[in-house]
Parts: sequence; C-alpha cells; structure tokens
Amino acid sequence: MNRYLIRRLLLLLPTLVGMSFLIFAMVRLLPGDIVDALVGMDPTITEEQKFELRASFGLNDPWPVQYIKWVGGIFQGDLGLSFRSREPIADHLVRALPITIQLALFSILLSLVVAVPLGILSAVRQNGPVDLWARVAGLIGLSMPSFWLATLFLLFTSLVFRWTPSVIWVSPLEDLPRNLLQMLLPALALSVQLMAVEMRMVRSSLLEVLRQDYIRTARAKGLNERIILLRHGLKNAFIPVITIIGIQLGALMGGSIIIEQIFGLPGIGWTMIQAIFNRDYPVVQAASLFLAVIFVVINLLVDLTYAFLDPRIKYS
Amino acid sequence: MNSTQAIPTPVAGAAPRPQPGLITSIGRTIRRHPIGALGAAIVIFVILMAIFAPQVATHDPAAQEAKRLLPPSTDHFMGTDELGRDVFSRVVFAARTSLYVGMLSVSLAIVLGVTAGVLAGYIGGRFDSVMVGFMDILFAFPTLVLAIVITGLLGPSLTNAMLAIGVVYSPTFARVARSAVLTVKNEAYIEAARVVGGQQRHIILRHVLPNIMAPLIVLATLSLSLAILAEAGLSFLGLGTQPPDAAWGLMLSQGRKFMELSPGLAIFPGLAIMVTVLAFNFLGDGLRDALDPRLRE
Repeated sequence: MNRYLIRRLLLLLPTLVGMSFLIFAMVRLLPGDIVDALVGMDPTITEEQKFELRASFGLNDPWPVQYIKWVGGIFQGDLGLSFRSREPIADHLVRALPITIQLALFSILLSLVVAVPLGILSAVRQNGPVDLWARVAGLIGLSMPSFWLATLFLLFTSLVFRWTPSVIWVSPLEDLPRNLLQMLLPALALSVQLMAVEMRMVRSSLLEVLRQDYIRTARAKGLNERIILLRHGLKNAFIPVITIIGIQLGALMGGSIIIEQIFGLPGIGWTMIQAIFNRDYPVVQAASLFLAVIFVVINLLVDLTYAFLDPRIKYS
Repeated sequence: MNSTQAIPTPVAGAAPRPQPGLITSIGRTIRRHPIGALGAAIVIFVILMAIFAPQVATHDPAAQEAKRLLPPSTDHFMGTDELGRDVFSRVVFAARTSLYVGMLSVSLAIVLGVTAGVLAGYIGGRFDSVMVGFMDILFAFPTLVLAIVITGLLGPSLTNAMLAIGVVYSPTFARVARSAVLTVKNEAYIEAARVVGGQQRHIILRHVLPNIMAPLIVLATLSLSLAILAEAGLSFLGLGTQPPDAAWGLMLSQGRKFMELSPGLAIFPGLAIMVTVLAFNFLGDGLRDALDPRLRE
C-alpha cells in the first residue's frame, strides 16, 4: 500500500508539470500581447510606458524564465498579481475557494441523499414500476443542463414564492441559515446530473453484488433482509459509486462555473469568468490551474479510498 | 467479417443486400431497443428541422417585427422575445447552430483523437509513450473548464467554441482508437497484410481503421450529446455564439432577464436542448448494444 501510494504521488508530478506547462503555453500562444490587450489602442500610452508595464509583469523575460518564475512562485504561495486589481492572485483564490468547495460538497450531499435510496429501491424491485420510472428520470436528469435547471428554479421561486436569492454572498460563519438558503438552489441545480449518474451506478452495482455468494450465505444463515442489504450489499456496492463521484467531479466543476455565474457566487469559477472577460490573464492562468489540480488530487484520493474500502483490491 | 454468418436465404423479390450484417442488426435494434429507435427518430426529426429551418419557421428569426414579450399564441407558438422576435422560429434556427457545432467539433475530436490514437497504437514505442502522456494531461483537465479557458483565451466566438470543444473531447477518441488498434494489431489478418508486403499507410487505412469503427461510432454519438451541452454552456456564458445569431444556450441567458414577464423565454430553449441531448443519449445507448456488445455496462 505504501509503495503504491508513493508511486501514485510520483506519477502525479509529471501530470502536474504537464498541466501547468499547457496552461502557461495556452496563455502565451494568444494572438497579441497581454499589455496590448490591457491598454488597447490608448494613444496616450507611449511605447516606453508599455515596456515598463511589460517589465513590471515580467513579460520581457524569455518564456522559459517566465515559466520557471511562475512555477517557482506557486511553491511559495505566490501566484503573481492580478492585472486589474493589482492584488495578489493567491488572496483572490483563497477567498473564492471555500465558496466553490461548499457548493461542490453541498451538491454531492444532496445528490447522495436522493440517489442512494432511489438506487437501492430500483435494484431491489428490479424491473418494477419504481425501477422503470427511476431509470427514465435518471436519463432525463442526465440530459438537463444544470444552467437550465437553475434558471427554472429561479423562475419557479420568483413566480410562486416571490423570492429571489440574495445577490451578495453570505458566509456560513456569519449567518449559517441564510447561507444554506442561498446555496440550496445552486447546489440542487448542480446535483441533478450527479444524482442521475449515482443512481444508475448504485443500482447496477448493487444488482451485481446481490448476486454474489456471500449474500446467499447471509440469507442462508437467516439474517434479516435489511441487514443483508445495508451491511453486506450496500457497503460493497458503494465502491464504484465513489469512483463515479470522483469522475463526475470534473463535470461538477464545469457546471459550477456557470452556476456561480447565475447566482453571483464569487467562487473560483466566477473569478475565472470575470478574469476572462477582463482579459486578466494571470488570474485565468492561476484559476484554471487551481481547478485542474483540485480535480487531479481528488481523483487520486478516490483511487486510494478503494483500497481502504475493498481489501480485495491490492496494489503492488 | 460476415463470412461466418448464415448463407442468406433467397427471398422472392428481395434486392441484393451488400451488407446484410449491418442492416439486419439495425432492424434488430429497432425491435429490441425501442428506446434507441426513439432516439434515432428524434435525432432525424431535429436534423430535418435544422435543414428545413426556413420552411419550418413561421417568421424571420432575426426580424423584430412583433410586439415584445408576447405570450404564446397561434401566430407566435412560443411567444416573442425581448426584441419582438418570434421565439419558435429562433428555436428552430438554433437547431442549426447546435447540430453544426456538435457535428463539426465531434469531427474535429475524431480527426485529432483517432489520428493520434491509431498512430500511437500502431507505431508504439517511444512515440506511443509521448502521445499517451500528452493525452493523459489533456484528459486530466475537467473538460468544460478547459473548453471555457481555451474559448476565453482565443476570444468568444462560435468558431473558437467549436475548436475548444473538439480539442477537449479528442483524448477520449485517442484512447478508444489506441486500445482498439492494440487489440487489432496482432490479429492474423493484419499480420497477413504485413507479410504480403502491404504498406503501413495502406494497412492502417484499409485494415485497421474499418475494424475499430464500431466503438468509434458509439463514442461519436454519445460525444455529440456532450458537445451540444458544452456549446449550450459556452453560449450561455457568452463565450460561444454571439448575438444576434440564435443558439439555445444564448437564448436562455438572454431570456433569463425577462423570464418573470415571459416564462417561455426560459423554458423553450432549454426544452430543445434537453430533448436533443436525450435523443443522442438514447441513440448512443442503442448503438452500443447493437454494434459493440463489449462496451455494454
């Protein structure tokens, strides 16, 4: 296990280097120059001032130097300065991160609360009416873009309850009930697709497990059906479900960029979109790397969780 | 490929069928997989709607001729938008955008991915490791995040959105193509082709590619639904289709501001996205069952 852990961590390194290099290269391959984009065609700014500006952003260095400076900075918690606000980008991201994480966790939680019972019911009553409807609902859920759902939720609450969520983000530390109320709709909109995927997974994986010999043994020794289902069935059926949550996290991040935009939640995705429209490239560069790293690291954690949950899986 | 199948029994008046295996299997799909067939029917319907958009639409999608924010009526099936344009006609024309972007970006993903995957699998060695490494890095990004960054950097436009979607979905094709090539590579018929002195290019194009078509067709169909969703998302953010062109995602984001006055603006474009994506998902599932049993869940 330890050796496996070390090998996975070592393999992480080239991936992270590759990702950072790709993002860096994409920003550099842009048509035109960041400073040109920033000051535009402003005639009052002379070439000399532009040179100064470039120097202040370190843009006069050759690319490899810029890259090394950037990556070196990351390790010291320095992601550079935002072009627009002139604030350290790290501060921006640290402020935005809790919001994105809360949104992700909240929607995963909501999706599990619905998907697990429905998936179990579907599997236990295989091919019954509940199963059929749950599967159809699952396929529909898969095809609904989260931003449309969010729009429909907003439309519904506004027409029926005359209620629209606050436009200013409330921290859970400040006012938890208000925060949860504010996060409920965005999290729900994001969770539907997850729900559909998880439900299908719980169902198929539980069906598989229930056919195993140890379930028959448990039944033969006269165990309560409930205990068989929950302790022997679900516990073993849960491993693929965890994998799928890890994989779905990528979609969740993409979705959360749009959802944060709709609800005005200043998370990482929101920060990134603002930066894209402001042509604030260092922020785009940092925010996208940030999201990518979170995705990679969480998937590593998911892989490692298997081994703990399923002693049959051995890594060597 | 079909040599092992039963000798076709002569049926009176039946036309000679060049590929009995494929056609029978499609016929069987409709009977065995009604959902896949339903998906195919809706997909064909949407494609026809897009092709014949000028005939289907009741109004000019760009003309601001009617009163603003009218509710649905017999003249305007889905009402009018904030500029007095007919929503139904815009939804119909937007099918063109979605399918166009979907098909072109998936084609791009296929060309990039399959080329990389086939070459990596066939050539092997160091070239293979480098390609796999690069694809793994692309694969490690959350797809929509990468698409948003690429479009954002290149500048918001439909073409750039298409490029971005094509690039982010190419690693999946590369993986499938590569693993398929690795399986096919050592089959006797490939070896035979090599023994009789077939050229590399010839072997890849004539012998390897046709034998990895099934998984690729399935993947392409399922990717179309993802690409349509991605285009809708990018357009919703303002990074894809630009006004005044009609795209479902763009219509949603613009209509959102007026939805309390005219709920249809927030409902109909989303419904169009959902139905189209659902149809491609149904079709993809059906094709998977029919063409490639190995991919079944």
